[in-house]
Amino acid sequence: MTAPAYSADEMMTVAAARRLRDGAVCFVGIGLPSAACNLARLTHAPDLVLIYESGTVGTRPTVLPLSIGDGELASTATSVIPLPEIFAHYLQRGRVDVGFLGAAQLDRLGRLNSTAIGPYAKPSVRLPGSGGAPEIGAAAREVFVVMKQSARTFVERLDFVTTRARPAAVITDLGVLEPDPHSRELRVCATFAGVTVDQMRAECGWPLQAAATVQRITPPTDHELEVLRALGARTAAAHGRPVRISLPT
Amino acid sequence: MRPPLLSLREAIATHVRDGAQVALEGFTHLIPFAAGHEIIRQRRRDLTLLRMTPDLIYDQMIGMGCARALVFSWGGNPGVGSLHRLRDAVEHGWPHTLELDEQTHAAMAARYCAGASGLPFAVLRAATDTDLRRANTAHSAAVACPFTGEILTAVRALTPDVTILHAQRADHDGNVLMEGIVGASREAALAARTLLVTVEEIVPALGAGPNAYVIPGWQIAAIAHVPGGAYPSYALGHYERDNRFYQDWDGIARTRDSFLAWMTQHVLGSADHAAFLRSLGVAA
Repeated sequence: MTAPAYSADEMMTVAAARRLRDGAVCFVGIGLPSAACNLARLTHAPDLVLIYESGTVGTRPTVLPLSIGDGELASTATSVIPLPEIFAHYLQRGRVDVGFLGAAQLDRLGRLNSTAIGPYAKPSVRLPGSGGAPEIGAAAREVFVVMKQSARTFVERLDFVTTRARPAAVITDLGVLEPDPHSRELRVCATFAGVTVDQMRAECGWPLQAAATVQRITPPTDHELEVLRALGARTAAAHGRPVRISLPT
Repeated sequence: MRPPLLSLREAIATHVRDGAQVALEGFTHLIPFAAGHEIIRQRRRDLTLLRMTPDLIYDQMIGMGCARALVFSWGGNPGVGSLHRLRDAVEHGWPHTLELDEQTHAAMAARYCAGASGLPFAVLRAATDTDLRRANTAHSAAVACPFTGEILTAVRALTPDVTILHAQRADHDGNVLMEGIVGASREAALAARTLLVTVEEIVPALGAGPNAYVIPGWQIAAIAHVPGGAYPSYALGHYERDNRFYQDWDGIARTRDSFLAWMTQHVLGSADHAAFLRSLGVAA
């Protein structure tokens, strides 16, 4: 079998992007979620409303930001508002349709740890922490988690419950998990091309169940890959640009 | 009253004391790096540092031994990974132990709002259940709504001794204009007992529209004119965020030796921020 003409990251990004319906209000995190949201906006969902927690509402960046507050986000936004308003008036008040989250650990109910590995007071690995994830998990109408899958990160028991999200879907580098409608436990509902359910089980720390019918996800189309790669190329060029400051003499 | 225009050295020497609670705010944008570096040069100790996102500036201040405690809500290098000096302090107590008062973004923002409003606490929806609430019972608690009985989460107000901001410009009366992403700057500014501001430029008139965010000069204790003062963060309209530097920092801060060598050469070895920028080749 020949290797696919796209990477696992690209497949994840495309699978995440396809979940977004046009016109949805999306609370975007940095990294893969940001790539997925902008890919959706540049393909099937031109009226997707992107909110970044830095306070940029309705932003339409031409390159992907490295940080949540790059100037590109402010310069292309409908409105730039104070951060407390983003969390209180937009998110907590219920104005966000979709939230995207990632984490270091996830359990079978889709709860997330992004705080610490080991005891909180004396962690073996101190992770960055919650940011806005707990509020996004609680207040967005629908939550998607995007995370690479391994038995080390998809765990039986979290070291710390940062976010009690109930994700509608978890998009991994192997396929997609969705909650069982009764038990709420995450189970395999779709795999990427060339991936088996057994492979997904091998990369999961709890006994992973599968839905009665497991879908096969269509590989990225040429158009999706073209748009995503052009976005990546523009981003790499922008981030490599040296910064120069002219001081008054 | 018009705030005095001081050198950054004088402003820090006059207003930032050992043991103080200090908030250097600015969310990714307008982070007051120059002020943080001056605090490091003046060897301030036992500070309680407040920032939603500690960012590289607190990684540097923690690694240089300025901090006793950290109040924060997300402590990574945005888009890159870990803050290695923050991790070393939490995981190994180097250069010494660091007390954490950690909350979610919404809670931290609400704590500044409470402080700015003269209230003892702020409330959030309790649906946002997280182990953070249990890890931080000194600063959060359940509270019942007096009208509906709904259980909400209360978080304690933040009232920094000193808040330091960086902004695009001040006019001759010391009124300050911030443009672009402001994060929780304005709330942190009004929650503080003392507000210091560094600015890119001082102009005869701000040229601000009626709804622009202007901090009136009479709320400010001192202003310092520090061009490039947010670098490697950015000042919209003046210079971009140095994303390359943020990526390079991962390697610089990874070991104690490479971190100390860099800080000694570029921060301690530079008399002021202009010299710091020249040492990196960012300014001529």
